[in-house]
Amino acid sequence: MPTLQDILGTILLQSYNTRVVVLGTAMLGLASGITGAFLLLRKRSLMGDALSHATFPGIGIAFALMISAGGSGKALPGLLTGATVSGVLGVLCMLAIRNTTRLRDDVAMGFVLSVFFGTGAAVYAMVQTKPGAAGLESFIYGKAASMVLSDVLLIFAVGLLVTATALLLLKELTVLCFDEGFAASTGWPVLTLDILLLVLVTAVTVTGLQAVGLVLIIAFLIIPPTAARFWTHSLRRMLVLSGAIGAVSGWLGASVSALFANLPAGALIVLTAATLFLFSLLFGTARGVVLKRIDQSRLQRRIGRQHLLRAAYEILETMGQPVSNQPIPRQRLLEHRSWANPELSRLLAQARHEDHIEPGPNPSLIHLSESGFGEASRITRNHRLWELYLITHADIAPSHVDRDADLVEHILGAEMVRALEAELKPRPVIPNSPHRIPSPP
Amino acid sequence: MAHEHPPDCPLSVHDLTVAYQRKPVIWDVDLNIPEGKLVGIVGPNGAGKSTLLKACLDLIPKTSGWVHIYGQPYRTNRHLVGYVPQRESVDWDFPVSALDVVAMGTYRRLGWFRPVGKTEKSLAMEALEKVGIAHLSGRQISQLSGGQQQRVFLARALAQEARVYFMDEPFAAVDAATEQAIVTLLQELRDSGRTCLVVHHDLATVPQYFDWLIFLNLRVVASGPTAEVFTEDNLRKTYGGKLSLLDHAAEAIRRS
Repeated sequence: MPTLQDILGTILLQSYNTRVVVLGTAMLGLASGITGAFLLLRKRSLMGDALSHATFPGIGIAFALMISAGGSGKALPGLLTGATVSGVLGVLCMLAIRNTTRLRDDVAMGFVLSVFFGTGAAVYAMVQTKPGAAGLESFIYGKAASMVLSDVLLIFAVGLLVTATALLLLKELTVLCFDEGFAASTGWPVLTLDILLLVLVTAVTVTGLQAVGLVLIIAFLIIPPTAARFWTHSLRRMLVLSGAIGAVSGWLGASVSALFANLPAGALIVLTAATLFLFSLLFGTARGVVLKRIDQSRLQRRIGRQHLLRAAYEILETMGQPVSNQPIPRQRLLEHRSWANPELSRLLAQARHEDHIEPGPNPSLIHLSESGFGEASRITRNHRLWELYLITHADIAPSHVDRDADLVEHILGAEMVRALEAELKPRPVIPNSPHRIPSPP
Repeated sequence: MAHEHPPDCPLSVHDLTVAYQRKPVIWDVDLNIPEGKLVGIVGPNGAGKSTLLKACLDLIPKTSGWVHIYGQPYRTNRHLVGYVPQRESVDWDFPVSALDVVAMGTYRRLGWFRPVGKTEKSLAMEALEKVGIAHLSGRQISQLSGGQQQRVFLARALAQEARVYFMDEPFAAVDAATEQAIVTLLQELRDSGRTCLVVHHDLATVPQYFDWLIFLNLRVVASGPTAEVFTEDNLRKTYGGKLSLLDHAAEAIRRS
């Protein structure tokens, strides 16, 4: 087991070896987070998966070719070239299947992914007995620790290039991903842009094979942008976050993998990214589940309060004009809106908590507080003016109606409210509900 | 049918046929659209209205024939063209604001690599003002209503500063206020000499909105000034036996 000192030393990059490896993986995470965001928005994430799996036979074949040419067989440029060729071939197959047959994308993807990976597995089994084949399997699950300085430099160069290109093409890729038809109609070469995006994805995938492995690199392309989307509605911020999440996943994943000799880097990177994803899904400020829940219950409480106070006011109206604040029998409230008994109890407890109801000795008599009475009359007036507005101005955009606004005047303007109130004459200042006549007591 | 095409025509289409997998979708379409008109493209579902639009915009391959914008192929004169695609054609969950979408209308003029600057943003803002939703410029587009989204698309086309506009069902599923705003905008465009071709579904409003009509059902049934071609005969030829639609239209004719 590693000691605490080992752990800190690795994460804080104190050892030269891990420093190199971890920084390289983080750079890769940054580049794939940014590229993956565009891939996700173009709805082509599956293509990334097909691409990465399709690199497998290329690695084995390149190894075999280099061996038979008398080389070492493990030269990285050769292996990566093989991976690129077969990966691109896989994507081309997928496009060909989709465009010439009527098969859907997911079918074409599943086909290419499995056939290429199967071929790769067969080739790998054949070359496994050759000298020097040990270590080839690190391309499947990734082994960041086996990277040397030159590998990391390659990752850095490619990562920087990919990131810079993606940012340079920010507006072109945005319009491509959002509205392909419009982009084409204004003269953007859609096909060229798609190929460029694919080139970026291929570059990230192939250079990431060693660190993350071909089975899991897709996670590096998909998880960071998906997690980032929970935090923001802005593309720029999403790109920054996605890059950052990718980089952090790479950093932590590679560090932990360096600590435990047998843990593949790819798996740890995916697990780290997934943890960040889970956190984003729960607590994301734009779409996080928790925030949404809180909003929802807040809304429920507000609507509950409005219903209760309006019901109370409407009952008070039937108890004599001008309306005055008197105790209301609980039974009347219960009948007024056909609440279930426990629901009304909950609403009353909430109102008591908000000081809208006076605490009284008799639970069957409800007495509004001074502020509760004021609030009730305000809510009732707003509600009726809105109803009237909708009835008299049904042709005007319903989207302008915001029943929650504290004062109708804020939305409709004082003039409109005066006009509406004039229409209600000679009724009292707080107009009667236009569609409900209060029932006699 | 006109087979001569004057070069000052905003749009001339010559013997255009478009086929998907050997099945022709529109055939032998021949059109000359004069400048400064509000042109309605009407026809039943599947008549090839969107296909005609997309073929004019070079978005789908033509099987035969050609399309000219102001006497030149689309490729040469596409800077004179503005396009409003169908609203459902894009994913409105995309992480951009209304202003970002409208600014896309300026991208092509900006050219490769150059980022959106102040000029483009203020242009986009102006366009949003013209469609009446400048106050929503920073809103993420999924948080807009259907009518507001349609206005964003129109504003983007305005930001293109074009002379011919192609609009694919801009009135589909919008609220009454938006429909009115779009009509006013179209009229302003026409009055400033722009030409707008609009795919439209509601026969009842056709004579009221458009001053030129193209009746399309796989081929052009009729094309000309609304007063001349909006007849029961042309409607029957276009819509065939769909009687309920015809009743609608007959009422519209009585009213016009």
